[in-house]
Amino acid sequence: MAQFTYSRLSHLLRLSVNKASVLRTGTEIKHGPAGCLQFIRCQRSMDSKALQERQKQQMAKGLPKQKPITGVKQVIVVASGKGGVGKSTTAVNLALGLMANDPSKSVGLLDADVYGPSIPKLMNLKGNPELSDNNLMIPLTNYGIPCMSMGFLVEDVAPIVWRGLMVMSAIEKLLRQVDWGSLDYLVVDMPPGTGDVQLSISQNIPVAGAVIVSTPQDIALLDARRGAEMFKKVHVPVLGLVQNMSVFQCPNCNHQTHIFGSDGARQLADNLGVRFLGDIPLHLNIREMSDRGTPVVVSSPDSPEAEAYKKVASVVVQRLEEVSSS
Amino acid sequence: MDQNNDEGSLAQVRHVVLILSGKGGVGKSTITTELALALRHAGKKVGILDVDLCGPSIPRMLSVGRPDVHQCDSGWVPVYTDAEKSLALMSIAFLLDDPDEAVVWRGPKKTALIGQFVSDVAWGELDVLLVDTPPGTSDEHLAVLENLKKHRVDGAVLVTTPQAVSTGDVRREITFCKKTGVRILGIIENMSGFVCPHCSECSNIFSKGGGEELAKLTHSVFLGSVPLDPLLSSSIEEGKDFLQSFPDSATFSAICSISQTLLSSLQTA
Repeated sequence: MAQFTYSRLSHLLRLSVNKASVLRTGTEIKHGPAGCLQFIRCQRSMDSKALQERQKQQMAKGLPKQKPITGVKQVIVVASGKGGVGKSTTAVNLALGLMANDPSKSVGLLDADVYGPSIPKLMNLKGNPELSDNNLMIPLTNYGIPCMSMGFLVEDVAPIVWRGLMVMSAIEKLLRQVDWGSLDYLVVDMPPGTGDVQLSISQNIPVAGAVIVSTPQDIALLDARRGAEMFKKVHVPVLGLVQNMSVFQCPNCNHQTHIFGSDGARQLADNLGVRFLGDIPLHLNIREMSDRGTPVVVSSPDSPEAEAYKKVASVVVQRLEEVSSS
Repeated sequence: MDQNNDEGSLAQVRHVVLILSGKGGVGKSTITTELALALRHAGKKVGILDVDLCGPSIPRMLSVGRPDVHQCDSGWVPVYTDAEKSLALMSIAFLLDDPDEAVVWRGPKKTALIGQFVSDVAWGELDVLLVDTPPGTSDEHLAVLENLKKHRVDGAVLVTTPQAVSTGDVRREITFCKKTGVRILGIIENMSGFVCPHCSECSNIFSKGGGEELAKLTHSVFLGSVPLDPLLSSSIEEGKDFLQSFPDSATFSAICSISQTLLSSLQTA
């Protein structure tokens, strides 16, 4: 006689609501439609709960266990569904802003954008990382921030044409096989999209919060909204939204142009019920300094752009405290 | 799907062009849309395949809304933007129940859907099929190339903004094209200079000339620069045809000359 598991049996029972005789499963089943219905009715409430539990167990078997990175207190991811909104620029200046606001804190920077690693350029870092005594990669440091990126491990022009599985294992290495030391914050620069990298990071390590960056235009906000949704799905708290490239001031006549629209991100933050972390203007200085590898928070610390980043950093710290206490 | 179907769905498509960039947010979707509109104005039948599964922007830019995707004998029917069927479009956006839904998929699932987009959509007769890709060099790009192997890929157009952070990533993409045997039809420098509407002072917010230098460095054709134009970005937002609304702008002439150069290089190849 065939051995049925409980869930399969209950599934068969559910199918046979109106049949008088049921399969010979070895279980006593009352014949007659009314009897069957009664039996099924009391089974159904246990069915679905037990089924759901079992499904959860099965699903959890395949998932990686979430383990914190040794020495790192809090991980902040800087993400956006959309590409090119300024995640890397924001991540770099946020990390520097966190340190500028409180020099006693130690901050690290991880570039999880495997396909387009921008951090080496933005932080003016080059070269292969050395290995420590216990075979961990030593992050390269500039402006007091230890950084790790795929960009240090491959040539400048080499494309990283990897499928999802390889990317997952690369991310694992960048997380676990780096000698981060003791950090208060690890800022992670994410790639665009909502795929393997985002899933791998949120499944492998506990993330304290996510900062979503967007430009004001609707096209970018559509994707930013998806990014926020994704973090809700994987249970990562969204610390808030940063509106980047908010307004451009002509250096000649000081006329302000909202090239990418205005205030869209602020409205989206309201819609999604997340905090609006701040506006960063579109300023030539930010791009020039970034291209030179001297981020604006260190190269022009008193400029309005640097102040804007430092303000975002202080709200992020505030939000982290709110989230961890709730 | 079987061999017949694969050949059938793209058999009547004359040219296939990929729009690539290693970098995100440089304007791939915007350029794809504008090129498609320019080619359509030039009397060609155009199709757009939006392979960006995580951030499908094209339907919004052409304001087609969210129509249902129907099936016919030869496969899925692409969404047409007009009654004359001169611009066909396929995107994951049409297949989602909720427009705000996040598509959080790992590689194999994306690869499978892209395979279906390429082989199961009844494109019919097209002069040019433009393929809008997401940033990076990942599953989506590999899937598109693998599935299009049976049909000829004329080449790729690379979009970049002038700044170094951008051109750095696009250099990787150029190497990717060379390694996979995709001909580089040219490089477009987008967001090249901003002209203040008030005083006409040109500010190079994202630098200038980076795309042209990159083309020289990699011995590729430089197709042209498109300026950073708030009118273009608001047209795209609202899903309007920029080329019809602003025929006198510098952006219009830039886009038209790029599309003509592209067309002639496709036809002479």
